Amino acid sequence: MLTLVLPRLVDVSAVSRRSASVVERNVAALKSVYWLLLLSGFVEPLLYLLSIGVGVGALVGDLPLPDGRLVSYAEFVAPAMLASSAMTGALAETTFNFFGKMKYMKLYDGMIATPVRPFEIALGELGWAMLRGSAYSAAFLAVMVALHLTTVARALTALPAAVLVGFAFGALGMAVSTFMRSWQDFDLMGSAQFTLFLFSGTFVPAQAYPTLLHWLVEVTPLYRSVHLIRGVTLGVGGWAWLLDVLYLVAMMAVGLLVASRRMGRLLYP
Amino acid sequence: MKRFGDFVAVDGIDVEVRSGEAFGFLGPNGAGKSSTMRMVGCISPPSGGELRILGMDPVADGPAIRARLGVCPQLDNLDPELTVRENLTVYARYFGIARRAARERADELLDFVQLSERADSKVEPLSGGMKRRLTIARALVNDPEIVLLDEPTTGLDPQARHLVWERLFRLKQQGVTLVLTTHYMDEAEQLCDRLVVMDGGRIVAEGSPRALIERHSTREVVELRFAAESQEPFADKLDGLGERVEVLPDRVLLYVPDGDAAVAEVSALGLNPANVLVRRSGLEDVFLHLTGRTLVD
Ligand SMILES: Nc1ncnc2c1ncn2[C@@H]1O[C@H](COP(=O)(O)OP(=O)(O)OP(=O)(O)O)[C@@H](O)[C@H]1O
Ligand SMILES: [Mg+2]
Repeated sequence: MLTLVLPRLVDVSAVSRRSASVVERNVAALKSVYWLLLLSGFVEPLLYLLSIGVGVGALVGDLPLPDGRLVSYAEFVAPAMLASSAMTGALAETTFNFFGKMKYMKLYDGMIATPVRPFEIALGELGWAMLRGSAYSAAFLAVMVALHLTTVARALTALPAAVLVGFAFGALGMAVSTFMRSWQDFDLMGSAQFTLFLFSGTFVPAQAYPTLLHWLVEVTPLYRSVHLIRGVTLGVGGWAWLLDVLYLVAMMAVGLLVASRRMGRLLYP
Repeated sequence: MKRFGDFVAVDGIDVEVRSGEAFGFLGPNGAGKSSTMRMVGCISPPSGGELRILGMDPVADGPAIRARLGVCPQLDNLDPELTVRENLTVYARYFGIARRAARERADELLDFVQLSERADSKVEPLSGGMKRRLTIARALVNDPEIVLLDEPTTGLDPQARHLVWERLFRLKQQGVTLVLTTHYMDEAEQLCDRLVVMDGGRIVAEGSPRALIERHSTREVVELRFAAESQEPFADKLDGLGERVEVLPDRVLLYVPDGDAAVAEVSALGLNPANVLVRRSGLEDVFLHLTGRTLVD
């Protein structure tokens, strides 16, 4: 029994060690300009929250939740901003940066000559993206607590949810990036991302859409993310979150698998 | 064997490299040297045939094999976002080497390739030859048992080449197995215990540099330069002299066992070359003889 299990355990520790070495590489490469970029990733959702949540909110007034409670518009919009900033943060790292490293910097060509494998590179890059994404989410949640848009306890639960959202989108973005031929293809992805941002129950409840659109929206990843985080920060009870979590975990697993497969194909010709 | 789509890049080669040996792959552009090196480096799965490295299967045991290999690819793929030293320390971490040990190793290697002064510089501003030396240093960061070097000294100035040769020679003395490709015949003669000449994905000759010269060329070569537009008419008269006569645009080569005797025979024929040079035959003569003088694609 031990001989069966032991090699697997050793393998898991080797995989995580090698993925960690990929993260370490990114830490070493982190230079001062990058900090500005980091800052912008935090400021953008905050601006949306203040202008739309607080500004437009003053015109819109309170919204009824499905359970009958009334919440302010800012309370309604804030979790959606958190979900989309988790998405954007993760995607920035695993699409643009990842593509550049693979295709132009030829970074991974050097890595694969070591014991590090494509799956471990994918995992390491995703982990790195989430270090950044988690920092955004934590800061944003702190602002939400300060503005009385949620409680401390709910914010603490919402953080891992936001991190999961980042992991799922990061993995998906990485998988998609392996199919990209040039920078032009990323324009398409940007549009898709913006469409999701507008129509995922972010600014209005999805129930407000026509039935067909409503159904369509319900299966998109950002809708599930918004649904999950909104449920947590507004303290909606029940088991509806379980579906969201399963959806996002599956998305992450498929994304990672496809990404590492494709990387193997591209890097080991 | 290696296939890219329908194209066969490496078409059934049979070589065995012994531990501690320095083994060379020679061959014209496109012969399949780099493709072979990539298969041995476990970064390109063979399309057919059997390949064993350190007794292991490259597809199943890739990470375990690569942990014991050092690779210097034909094209440098250093990390442009890191400094010279970081390129070594970070690379060492990919092998699971502890941070402290990685730092010590990096300093040692920078000294080894004489780049210590540039340790904190970025990679980009380095000259081509410096990058090459850094790539070689990086290949040694894990104390490899086998080092794969794909054209290690291409682009180096003579000083740097001699430095690299000396370093590689030291590694060989320490028992490290070297597998290298090169377009420099003097490099092959100096470094390789054994080598193969590849052409069109196949092996056309195999042996030690000495043995190859003995087998595929004569002991000496006489180079004759005639003061005339065309060397062709003189060559006809020389026909039958020595083992082989080769005509180049500016001179005629005679492949002979004894150069001085041949020169005497040339004078006896009444020919008066403007320039005569007798030299020992080298690997370059073998290479050109085996793979042809013209560029064929
Ligand atoms: N990824 C690839 N896809 C398709 N063809 C390839 C690929 N890599 C190499 N080839 C082809 O395989 C053949 C052998 O290439 P290889 O790089 O092994 O030659 P080489 O002996 O290293 O040449 P050189 O001396 O120029 O470095 C070439 O004809 C090349 O076009
Ligand atoms: Mg080559």
